[in-house]
Amino acid sequence: MNLYTYASPATFYHLAGRLIPWFAWSAGILTLVGLYIGFFVAPTDFQQSEAYRVIFIHVPAAWMGMFIYLVMAFWGAIGLAFNTRLSFMMVRALAPTGAIFTFIALWTGALWGKPMWGAWWVWDARLTSTLILLFLYIGIMALWAAIDDVKRGDRAGALLALIGAINVPIIYFSVKWWNTLHQGASVSLTKAPTMATIMLTGMLIMAFAAWFYSIAVALARVRAIILERERHTEWVKDILER
Amino acid sequence: MTRFLLAVLRRDLTLAARRRGDWLIALFFFVMVASLFPLGIGPDPKLLARIGPGVLWVAATLASLLSLSRLFADDHRDGSLEHMVLSPEPTVLLVLGKSLAHWLIYGIPLLLIAPVLGVQFHLPADAIGVLLLSLLIGTPILSLLGGVGAALTLGLRGGGVLLTLLILPLYVPALIFGAGAVDGVLAGTGAEAHLSLLGAFLILTLLVAPWIAAAALKVSLE
Repeated sequence: MNLYTYASPATFYHLAGRLIPWFAWSAGILTLVGLYIGFFVAPTDFQQSEAYRVIFIHVPAAWMGMFIYLVMAFWGAIGLAFNTRLSFMMVRALAPTGAIFTFIALWTGALWGKPMWGAWWVWDARLTSTLILLFLYIGIMALWAAIDDVKRGDRAGALLALIGAINVPIIYFSVKWWNTLHQGASVSLTKAPTMATIMLTGMLIMAFAAWFYSIAVALARVRAIILERERHTEWVKDILER
Repeated sequence: MTRFLLAVLRRDLTLAARRRGDWLIALFFFVMVASLFPLGIGPDPKLLARIGPGVLWVAATLASLLSLSRLFADDHRDGSLEHMVLSPEPTVLLVLGKSLAHWLIYGIPLLLIAPVLGVQFHLPADAIGVLLLSLLIGTPILSLLGGVGAALTLGLRGGGVLLTLLILPLYVPALIFGAGAVDGVLAGTGAEAHLSLLGAFLILTLLVAPWIAAAALKVSLE
């Protein structure tokens, strides 16, 4: 048995079915632990008082919003290069989750911005680039909605995700030079984080929860897509009759 | 290869010359959108000079979008597009030629009328010069990226609006650098940095967009 076995929708359907409970339960437990740390264990911030606690949802959501777009572009590129059906299904399965995380990041950012900056919305670099990221998600989903032919929709969406992924860093830096007010990134790979360890722990646990949630939801959605597209095959008929 | 590119270019330019209404409509759209802003905001010269660069750039992107949905649509309708894609010449060159033609037909007229609109917005002479330069570097980007959108939405219902939705977010860097260059002159910080970045974005777009648009065209014609 080699790894490519799971590139076939028929085998992947069963693999995904076995994996979903693991990821879903991990996501649920981690969310409870993360929120408990975030709301009861982590101390009050001396500058931002209680309002900072929104980061336990805001930061993981923003990370996932950006990351899922790149994953979509990755699967789109794989699909275009190797002509694998499952890759395109993954792209479609990921898009709604990425869009909702991007939306949550914007929403919670507004809730944080009102007490901190005194405004629901400012034209700050990260807010603006996240908003444009949401536009990119909406564009891809609108393109899928407009194309009835499945194969064409898959490929067109993948190409758009690709050019969007090339553009995302450029948009980010152009907006950054245009205007910046957002507080600098608190977590970076090159220097020590500028926040208390317990806050960081809570945030990272929430980030893992967001990861596992995304994986579980994407797998559940891809199973539905597989059933829909493979409905003419024998194995799907077997499943549905059972 | 060059011959094919020139042939595509000459064909599109000839077609545009025979249907003069098309490029004039885009041009008047640009003028009208830009002229609506003073009516909505008020005639204060200081305010107009402040918002002028951004307004003119946004109007230019919209004017370019207006004509983009027809980039491949006419050739698609009479079937000639499929023959051109099936020909042994690379589709990338076809897309590049058509984008270039789009820029010559719809981009250049915007450049020519932009100084007049700059005067309407009370921009000083050196700012108008930079505005022209930024539009000269920036409008090809709009045509090239627009080619991707036009190829993706070819033959879809509501293609025009959808095209806008897909492509406007991708225009953001061009808009920021282009309008920023003119703002730089007005603020006294100079325009070189923005113009260099705009030029870099043009080169990158030139390297990437035609290939993606060619792939999208093949997907849409399958």
